[in-house]
Amino acid sequence: MATINKKRQLGRPVSVVGAGLSQFGAFPDKDSRDLFVEAFRDMIQNMDKGFDIQDIECAYVGNYSSDLFEHQGHTAPIVADWLGITPIPITRIENACASSGSALREGVMAIASGMYDVVLVGGMEKMTNLPTDGVTDVLASAADGLYEVPAGLTFPGIFGAIAKAHMDRYETNLDHLLKVAIKNHANGALNPKAQFQQTVNTMAERRIARAQERGQDVPEYNSELDFLNDERANPWIAWPLRLYDCAPITDGASCVLLVSEDIAHNFTDKPINIAGIGQATGKPLHDSDELTSLSAAKAASQQAYEMAGITVSNVDLAEVHDCFTIAEIVATEDLGFFAPGEGPRAVDEGRTALDGDHPINTSGGLKAKGHPVGASGVGQVIEIYHQLRGEGGERQVKKENPTVGVTHNVGGTGGTCVVNVLRRES
Amino acid sequence: MDNEFTSTAFYTKLKEDRQLVGVKCKDCGHLSPEPRPMCPQCHGFNMEWHQFSGKAKLSTFTCISIVPVTMAAKGYGRNNPYCTGIVTLEEGPQISAMINGVDGTNPQGIETGMDLVLDPDHLDEVTPSLAFKPA
Repeated sequence: MATINKKRQLGRPVSVVGAGLSQFGAFPDKDSRDLFVEAFRDMIQNMDKGFDIQDIECAYVGNYSSDLFEHQGHTAPIVADWLGITPIPITRIENACASSGSALREGVMAIASGMYDVVLVGGMEKMTNLPTDGVTDVLASAADGLYEVPAGLTFPGIFGAIAKAHMDRYETNLDHLLKVAIKNHANGALNPKAQFQQTVNTMAERRIARAQERGQDVPEYNSELDFLNDERANPWIAWPLRLYDCAPITDGASCVLLVSEDIAHNFTDKPINIAGIGQATGKPLHDSDELTSLSAAKAASQQAYEMAGITVSNVDLAEVHDCFTIAEIVATEDLGFFAPGEGPRAVDEGRTALDGDHPINTSGGLKAKGHPVGASGVGQVIEIYHQLRGEGGERQVKKENPTVGVTHNVGGTGGTCVVNVLRRES
Repeated sequence: MDNEFTSTAFYTKLKEDRQLVGVKCKDCGHLSPEPRPMCPQCHGFNMEWHQFSGKAKLSTFTCISIVPVTMAAKGYGRNNPYCTGIVTLEEGPQISAMINGVDGTNPQGIETGMDLVLDPDHLDEVTPSLAFKPA
């Protein structure tokens, strides 16, 4: 069919003109609606030229499972009520951990269609009400409940199986995975919104101090890797993945304001344009062609790059879906930053660090910033928005005037992938 | 009887017949270990049951220490991790399965590529799992 090869373009350009993020962490007294209001407040307080809330015409909110986490369905209208924006249409989008990535895509298309000029998109997840095994079960319900879950596969388990396949096929080892965690914690330590604002070194020092206080055997660590290789400090979750290979359980929310590009300068002199959007769908890992790659990520990135008219060499930085350390390595290969199997070496060589040639997850990523699953996709867009505007603070990328940033948001184990290309106005 | 190709039938055949029975598309020959009413390859609805040999090779695996509630009920946990992964059936398709008969506490001793056979023993009546064991 001819439509398969159709060059896809937005009906009209769309810009991001505001961004807000709640604190990420564990907040026992807050519900998801409260977290969303916190993100919204952060956004409206930081709009460059102010903004009238009544201008919002439509909203999309990503949320994976308020139903199971909070026993609350139909959450979108509650958010609209809490923001005082009824009766505008608001729709909840559920695509597992890519929920807000997909919500953003819906918002972009709503403006590109010509239907609306000002659209609020965001995401939220309140996860810490449940104990860890309960969260594990809820997350596992994003996998195939008939054929993956009964086989005992959990989310860390599926990514553990991907890691094992990567180790078998390439020269990937356990230290490569842990080095992703070290880098992302180093970035998270510079992010005041992050759940973990500590380097791995700081965590090692705390463990030593705790042992001293309690009069226990005091461990000795010669390096951050040494600490992460201590099974007591960093226990196995799903071999070959340990605790520090996994993103945490997080409460949080995110939102951005999208507008038609022709009115963007009414809101800010520094809009960030949505240059390309891509979304693709994959099968369960056992039905995938490859065990070391997510086909949906490759397809989504090709769509987004083509729409933006860029190649991977134009990309200055990226926020990728590091729900597990191996997921970051696979993402950097699927997005074309590195050849298949070269991702681990790139980590070794510091190429993905803040001062590297391909900075990845300057926010700390899902690993250190936190992973309130429904909020993560828009959270990634917010980091790129700030970096492209030069607002990264201590964690601003070292390259001068970054122009193009990419986000990569995965739902489930690759069932959904959303990739966006964001570009600063020249 | 389109809807006979269901997961219920899959697990019933696993429990009662001790066989891995999936489906084959009569039009294009596509094999699927998971029964489904529609061929994902040619989009036809002309499926038939297909019994797999039960021979497989281990493609990749993980040993899980932080276990879901259902596996905790079976006695697995931090001190008793279980092995699960993806197997490639002799006939070609892959499927997720528990790997019994290996030491989950020693993943370095588990070899991908090893020969496996269907393990229909120890099937839990409430939450049955497809499982393989070393051949």
